Amino acid sequence: MMKGVASSASQGQSPKARGEKTTKTLGMKVVEGSYAVAHAVKCCRPDVISAYPITPQTHIVEHLSQMVANGEMDSEFLTVDSEFSALSVLVGSSACGGRCYSSTTSQGLALMYEVLYNVSGMRLPIVMNVANRALGAPLNIWNDQQDSIGARDVGWLQIYVEDVQEAVDATLQAYKIAEDPEIMTPTMVCMDGFILTHVYEPVKLLDQELASEFLPPFAPRSILDTADPKTFGAFADPSTYTEFRYLQFEAQNKALAKIERTAREFEETFGRFYGGLVDSYRADDAEIVIVTLGSVIGTIKDAIDSMRAEGKKVGLVKVRCYRPFPVAALREALKKASIIAVLEKDVSIGGEAGLLADMKAAFYNSSIHPPIIGFTAGLGGRDITINDIEKLVKKAEAAMKGIESEFEFLSLRTEIL
Amino acid sequence: MKEIRLHGRGGQGSVTAAELIAVAAFEDKRFSQAFPAFGVERRGAPVMAFARIADRPIRIRSQIYDPDYVVVQDVSLLDVVDVASGLKSGGKIIINTDRPKESLKLDTRAEVVTIDATKIAMEILGRPIVNTTMLGAFAGATKEVTQESLNKAISERFHGELGKKNLLAIKTAYERVS
Repeated sequence: MMKGVASSASQGQSPKARGEKTTKTLGMKVVEGSYAVAHAVKCCRPDVISAYPITPQTHIVEHLSQMVANGEMDSEFLTVDSEFSALSVLVGSSACGGRCYSSTTSQGLALMYEVLYNVSGMRLPIVMNVANRALGAPLNIWNDQQDSIGARDVGWLQIYVEDVQEAVDATLQAYKIAEDPEIMTPTMVCMDGFILTHVYEPVKLLDQELASEFLPPFAPRSILDTADPKTFGAFADPSTYTEFRYLQFEAQNKALAKIERTAREFEETFGRFYGGLVDSYRADDAEIVIVTLGSVIGTIKDAIDSMRAEGKKVGLVKVRCYRPFPVAALREALKKASIIAVLEKDVSIGGEAGLLADMKAAFYNSSIHPPIIGFTAGLGGRDITINDIEKLVKKAEAAMKGIESEFEFLSLRTEIL
Repeated sequence: MKEIRLHGRGGQGSVTAAELIAVAAFEDKRFSQAFPAFGVERRGAPVMAFARIADRPIRIRSQIYDPDYVVVQDVSLLDVVDVASGLKSGGKIIINTDRPKESLKLDTRAEVVTIDATKIAMEILGRPIVNTTMLGAFAGATKEVTQESLNKAISERFHGELGKKNLLAIKTAYERVS
């Protein structure tokens, strides 16, 4: 048995015997997040995998390497000397018509930077799990989202997930979105490093048959072929370069509907839905709405429930899709908010922060534009607790009477400055 | 929801123990979550792992600061780590030691449970690897997971003779603290 598969919790028992609650847990196992994602990748049937191990992504590619070695997967696993090489290998493999997978984080993503643009510019629908981690210096292996938020302009789609199940499901969805002939855009599925890669929790692993039905084989219209020679991504002078970028821009705009549609199709097949572009939690009548992305959402939901019990009208809007940025969906989801409090695990040094800037831009020309304040937290693995969320909400309450600070570092340890 | 914090030293299987608690609890038809205190693990260094058990899906992902239960795999940690930190007054702390509990001088109002897991592990497993024995003690002292589910979790993780020995270690510890 693979390391990481700990239990088959529901085998051999009828749903009735397990009680009412268990109909939802039927077929779930307690597994490690990285294993669950590797299993999902296996179900996507990639032709080529190339990755360079880096904490906290390591377990994902270890599991995949093991599955390939065991003959459970019919994929080429190419070991390379760096993340730059890993993604470069996939440029060639994808251009030749192979379904390609990689995973990285932090400094690894930074080292891929040049290739990220080549992949999106050549319209290669590679899927990559980013196990979000802070960047050095100072050296830090823990979670934040500086790595992928910092790569928001590289032309890849970006989906942020809340829990392991969503990481699994979004990985399968990502290929379907990326490989759509109208989209042909690489996709990052961003999951918080350690928090989601190293957690053990109940997950329903994908069924291979259903996954294959949901995701047909990759059938690109145009590939590198010696019988029909072409060049990919070679050269575009000023007379055409703008149009290449425009077509990428248009493809991302089309991806908005595709992501939504794919989430619904997934729901029809697998019965699970996380919102398409955005999702809401108790936001309908909320005065204060927290907008955020990633694994902190679970903690925020618990905090909201306890604050609601005290009569505070607090809600949440989850940004599931960060690129393309779902402006219309966010305007709709937040139309009744009295104030928006953005929480994110990144900072734009010299500016504010990525999601906050995008949120302000999305609402500036909107007919409804509630005040927006922003917080950075959880940098370099700093734990975000329910206390932190309550603190944020108190600041948002105060800001409803007048904004003193548009952006701040939440729970900053001023005593060590 | 019950929250559990496990203290050990790198190499003692604390993360595995947390994982097995999560597996066993889910086997008991409850919801569960387990995760390590993320860090740069080194053999012998103090480490922590966490587990949560609840009757509905678990959403919270912060670390555990006010546990209901604490499991200490290595009594020498008491000199370097505040193992009882935040432990709820109605909770329990289960410590692997051959010393009498009065001599441990723990700053807690929670119930202190001691077990000489190292002796049990040496006798049954032939090695001072106490994580499964301590799981037996945890199950026996708290009844948060059933021995049956724990056995199933262990059997799926450790096969053959090793699996059988671990089950015996669990049973011995479970009965000793029950």
